[in-house]
Amino acid sequence: MPHKILAKKQLSEDVFIAEIEAPLIAQARKPGQFIILSINNEYSERIPLTIADTDPQKGTISLIWQRVGKTTAELADLQQGDKIANVSGPLGRPTHIENFGTVVCVGGGIGNAPLLPIAKALKYAGNKIISIIGARTKKLLILEEQFTKISDELIVTTDDGSYGRKALVTEPLKEVCQRELKPNQAFVIGPAIMMKFCCEVTKQFNIPTQASLNTIMVDGTGMCGGCRVEIDGKPKFVCVDGPEFDGHKVNFDLMIKRLNAYKEYEQKAHEQYLKHRCKTGLDKYI
Amino acid sequence: MGGGYISDEVMEQDKQKLLQQLLEKHKAGQLKPADRYNIPPQPMPEQDPNERTHNVNEVALGYTETQARLEALRCLGCKNAPCVEGCPVRIKIKDFVAAVADGDYKNALDIIKENSLLPAVCGRVCPQEVQCQQTCTVGKKFKDPTKAVSIGRLERFVADRGLAVAGTATIDPRFRGDRLAPAEAGEPETSLAVASETGMKVAVIGSGPGGIVAAADTRRAGHDVTIFEAFHKTGGVMVYGIPEFRLPKAIVQKEIDTLRKMGVKIVCNFIVGRTRTIDRLIKEDGFDAIYIGVGAGLPSFMGIEGESLIGVYSANEYLTRANLMKAYDFGKGADTPIALSKKVAVVGGGNVAMDSARTAIRLGADKVYLVYRRTKKEMPARIEEVHHAKEEGVEFHILQSPKRIIGDENSHVIAIECLRYQLGEPDESGRRRPIPIEGSEFRIDVDTVIIAIGNLANPLIRQTTPGLEFNKWGNIIVDENCKTSMEGVYAGGDIVLGAATVILAMGQGRIAAAAINKYLAEKKSHQ
Repeated sequence: MPHKILAKKQLSEDVFIAEIEAPLIAQARKPGQFIILSINNEYSERIPLTIADTDPQKGTISLIWQRVGKTTAELADLQQGDKIANVSGPLGRPTHIENFGTVVCVGGGIGNAPLLPIAKALKYAGNKIISIIGARTKKLLILEEQFTKISDELIVTTDDGSYGRKALVTEPLKEVCQRELKPNQAFVIGPAIMMKFCCEVTKQFNIPTQASLNTIMVDGTGMCGGCRVEIDGKPKFVCVDGPEFDGHKVNFDLMIKRLNAYKEYEQKAHEQYLKHRCKTGLDKYI
Repeated sequence: MGGGYISDEVMEQDKQKLLQQLLEKHKAGQLKPADRYNIPPQPMPEQDPNERTHNVNEVALGYTETQARLEALRCLGCKNAPCVEGCPVRIKIKDFVAAVADGDYKNALDIIKENSLLPAVCGRVCPQEVQCQQTCTVGKKFKDPTKAVSIGRLERFVADRGLAVAGTATIDPRFRGDRLAPAEAGEPETSLAVASETGMKVAVIGSGPGGIVAAADTRRAGHDVTIFEAFHKTGGVMVYGIPEFRLPKAIVQKEIDTLRKMGVKIVCNFIVGRTRTIDRLIKEDGFDAIYIGVGAGLPSFMGIEGESLIGVYSANEYLTRANLMKAYDFGKGADTPIALSKKVAVVGGGNVAMDSARTAIRLGADKVYLVYRRTKKEMPARIEEVHHAKEEGVEFHILQSPKRIIGDENSHVIAIECLRYQLGEPDESGRRRPIPIEGSEFRIDVDTVIIAIGNLANPLIRQTTPGLEFNKWGNIIVDENCKTSMEGVYAGGDIVLGAATVILAMGQGRIAAAAINKYLAEKKSHQ
């Protein structure tokens, strides 16, 4: 059954949010889980995307994605009323939510999207929430307003200082960890390199840290093994063992390399799509 | 083809002459076993190796009618029919082969369909040489299982004619000849008959071979059947795993279409355990019985250095990208990329390893090495697949196994370091245990490594179904009726057996369906 796009909005230069019909997923989904979609049936690739929000009553889920390659660009070109052929999920193990005490939630770039529902659930469970959200530049910062609502303390950073504090998220994270009442638990979601350095910081202060990994996947149900990562030296599968792992045990260097496995192919596909888009006049559409 | 065409025709005429002579004798009841032994085993017509490595079309083209009848006449019609004993689902092989010899293909298909719902599939992918053809008297006479009556090819011939009747041509018309000539029109499709509605609901999880059979058999009994498939396409391993060149997807599609015509509902993108738990399917959605046929799980890796390097694939991933996602058309429409490999090592000796190696050839690899730590004799792959792989240029490295995978500074695979092996005493599998030869390390330069050494159980159902019992390997525990520890829940195929074949999964789907039908009949009588 195709999934209709009920609403779509551009959040920043390359970041989009869409509310789509997916009643079964909306009912089952818990924070920390994701979906896999493919736009058409025959030739489209399957990509994992974050569920930013759900409305079980309405039967919808909200997806947030960044336009980086062919499929995310094609998705960005879809409009309200268009349909996505396949959406399956919710995938992955839900986040373990409990009252840890004080939790620091660190989000980078598009990672703020999956972080938000987790932070919300943590807040609801009684935690004090310190959120640190960052982006390269002001234009790319998303969900600040939503984080303001649920955070006891919110720190915003941009790499270039165009908004908030000019810093990488690791800098305020370190300061928070150095406080007398250091956080009991950390959650970090963002680009692999950012998660790597955040985990290095929290490790110094012995703060248990969950990192949500965003690897390449095909089926997402524990069959292909493409999403494997090294946790404590052992292979684990992000789709069925994760997506969250003990951040202090993740081999981020290897993960970063594996994420780039298809970079050339992705660029080629993206360029082809952009050319095709110009020919069909789609470029004037948005 | 070209130049060979005329000689093919001459050969066909010779065969027809031979067939006429034999049939006359046969009809007169004068065809003796010695005459039958003298009939040459009919080779399978195949696409030329040089041609087929540049396409994904089916390699084996199927018998002509003349060939099929000649091959069927080789059958001695043994009283004790040892072939039937060799078949996991006990197809009445002797009877259907006799029907082929008589030219009564409709009857032959009906006989097969009493026991097997997917003859077009099984005729192509069953390991006949270790099943029905292993026990065949003709093969034993020649002390060569490849000279047994080609039961699988006959099964395929009969099934393909049935599909042709139903209007599904599965093969490139260039190669068709009389192989798929439509038989008499208007033959009814017996498999569509459905009993009156019982009002009982059955959920079938997974649309692979076991699920298809379980769905068909429970639907025939009049139950309201829904198949839940995790992927966006139905067919399970027959679609994501077994390549087009070995099993055309149109054949699988035809079986799915038949289910739809019978009134089976099919829901794709539905991950049982995640989209809905088994518990909710029973308690909230009101399913009275469930068949779990979720298939293979996590791919096994070797646990050696370098398995996370870029360019190391599980066979599951490699084949899924190539088959299901059509990565062979990347840049020509398909969005899913796959490594454009030049030198590939495939590790393993089963059908999946052969499928991977032959897929790599078709994707344009210059060199494909199949690395296997035992000898050809111990390979679990079908003889025909090994033969096809060799014809297509796959180089076999037997008694070797990787010790580590070597990468460059960007973590791309550049080589494997192998050890040589020798065979020792037989192990618990009955095969001689491979023992590494110390100090025998050597290097093979490759850019891609495909690990095809089997699968572990899929953890999803286990993670989400408290109350269901599993063994220590994570496979669901079932009794002889495929019943699990949960009331109304049955299971079969890879999730129970670990590594099964299409025919074994199908057999379990059938056993489970019979048990479900019985269970639901009892349940209804108590209502």
